[in-house]
Amino acid sequence: MSPINNQKARDDKDEAIVVSHLCKTYGPVKAVDDVSFTVKAGEIFGILGPNGAGKTTAVECMTGLRQPDSGTISLMKLDPSKDREALHAIVGVQLQSGGLQDKLKVGEILDLYQSFYQSPANGRELAIGLGLEDKLNAYYKTLSGGQKQRLSVALALVGQPKIAVLDEMTTGLDPQARRDCWELIQKIRDQGTTIILVTHFMEEAERLCDRVALIDNGRIIALDSPHGLAEEVAGGKRIIFTPSKPFKDEVLTKLPEVKTLEHRGRHVEVVGSGELVNVIVLTLSKLGIEAEDIQIETANLEDAFVKLTGHHIHQEEGVKPQ
Amino acid sequence: MSFWQIPSLPDTSRKAFGKVLINEFRLAKRVPYALGLGLGLPILLLVIFGSIPSLHQNQKDFGGISYFALAVPILLGLSVAAISFLSLPNSLVTYREQGILRRLSTTPVPPSWLLAAQLIVNLGIAVLGLLLIIVVGMAAFGLAAPKNIPGFLLAILLTITSIFAVGLWIAAVAKNNNASRTEGGLLFYMMIFFGGMWVPREIMPPVLLNISNWTPLGASVASVQNSMQGVFPSGQALLCLAIYTLIFSFLAIRYFRWE
Repeated sequence: MSPINNQKARDDKDEAIVVSHLCKTYGPVKAVDDVSFTVKAGEIFGILGPNGAGKTTAVECMTGLRQPDSGTISLMKLDPSKDREALHAIVGVQLQSGGLQDKLKVGEILDLYQSFYQSPANGRELAIGLGLEDKLNAYYKTLSGGQKQRLSVALALVGQPKIAVLDEMTTGLDPQARRDCWELIQKIRDQGTTIILVTHFMEEAERLCDRVALIDNGRIIALDSPHGLAEEVAGGKRIIFTPSKPFKDEVLTKLPEVKTLEHRGRHVEVVGSGELVNVIVLTLSKLGIEAEDIQIETANLEDAFVKLTGHHIHQEEGVKPQ
Repeated sequence: MSFWQIPSLPDTSRKAFGKVLINEFRLAKRVPYALGLGLGLPILLLVIFGSIPSLHQNQKDFGGISYFALAVPILLGLSVAAISFLSLPNSLVTYREQGILRRLSTTPVPPSWLLAAQLIVNLGIAVLGLLLIIVVGMAAFGLAAPKNIPGFLLAILLTITSIFAVGLWIAAVAKNNNASRTEGGLLFYMMIFFGGMWVPREIMPPVLLNISNWTPLGASVASVQNSMQGVFPSGQALLCLAIYTLIFSFLAIRYFRWE
């Protein structure tokens, strides 16, 4: 199936990341299967998918930790498999599986990682921004999972990278820490950093990402803005109301915003996109009809994902030879 | 292999390596595994042996020297072996197992630097242990100073390089920390046995002595003992230590598991 890909040819200068036809196989498993996407400079690009979808493998190939089987990757014109040192000077990476020495203190670790870069940020300030101010003198071993995670984010950003790759950045964080992380990411992006955000957390993707690639079984099954995906894939908005008087369906179905209309007893259910509520209320009121008990359901990324993966499974069944 | 490459940022690099090294020294102090095994244990044994008067009597069986004089080269070997078979693989395998090398490989600093820093710290502790054993032995228990200084220094140098090479090889190929502990522990006891910890080489049966001559610790004890008594170490012993150094450092670098 072809990915829903709204990308157009862009000016080369804007492209921070170009991944094309990336493949990586472990034994019989195609972990990453012909993945292509382009990320503009200053964009927050989400890679969203269930566990085992191939997100981490893709990220490991992009950061030079794994050699792809085929396909090309370029980050700021650098090839991760050939220009490792140059790449790591400008790309900050936060991995799920990176450890630190138990008996080093948080402040010592930050100073250490800060010393790796030519024009670093202040590591301790970054950590304070992430709510670790009480922990600078604590051993790494004594940190909670969420605190280790936040330190990890700080270490990925301490080199003032041009690109930051964050793998499951907020997993295991409490809501406040999660919001702190989001704020920091937005701040970093406003300073011009391009961000790859790997997540299986829909709200995070909706809130932060300019565009999202939905990955399932190693393939990109959709790529668009979170809003665009929700509208296009999951059917956008659903409005249920009770009209004060009966009316002809075509009054509403001829509107460009309306996709479908169904009657459910006294209620009318309309699915569509755009300024759906206003348009319906306005159109009906011109005919002297009131829309009462209006309920609005907005489709989100999660709906889009369920719909896409559901569709995917369905198609596989349909393809069976006998 | 690109892991071993040094990035081309001289000033930043020097500062970064300094920080890596300082932190590894801090860790050696905070987790005093190498200090305890490499310094504490041999010094404790030295003090015990040195405090027993009968061990200072010269024995015909031991070629006319005392048990105490005989024990000193064995304790020197014990110190180096404890550091390189028990402490060094433990740190390095932990660094691999906990993803510390992996995290470092996402930065401009290559993970090999952390290994180099570990090596420097452990070498430092080994040298300190050797100095302490000799100095405490001489100052407190009347140990005679080594009589053939060039031979002694050469023997000590090759002892450190050969035993460290074997220790690095354990760290390089051990699957995980449990495996490295088992393998390191087993080698440690075998080595100190052939070094004469329980049966001194002077009274070992010929078969065992022949094996001992070709083990790093056996060759080390033989050459250190010779030079302390004023005889330049035998070519066989020095050759043995040199061979271990070359083969095992090659194997360690060639087969190092980064993940």
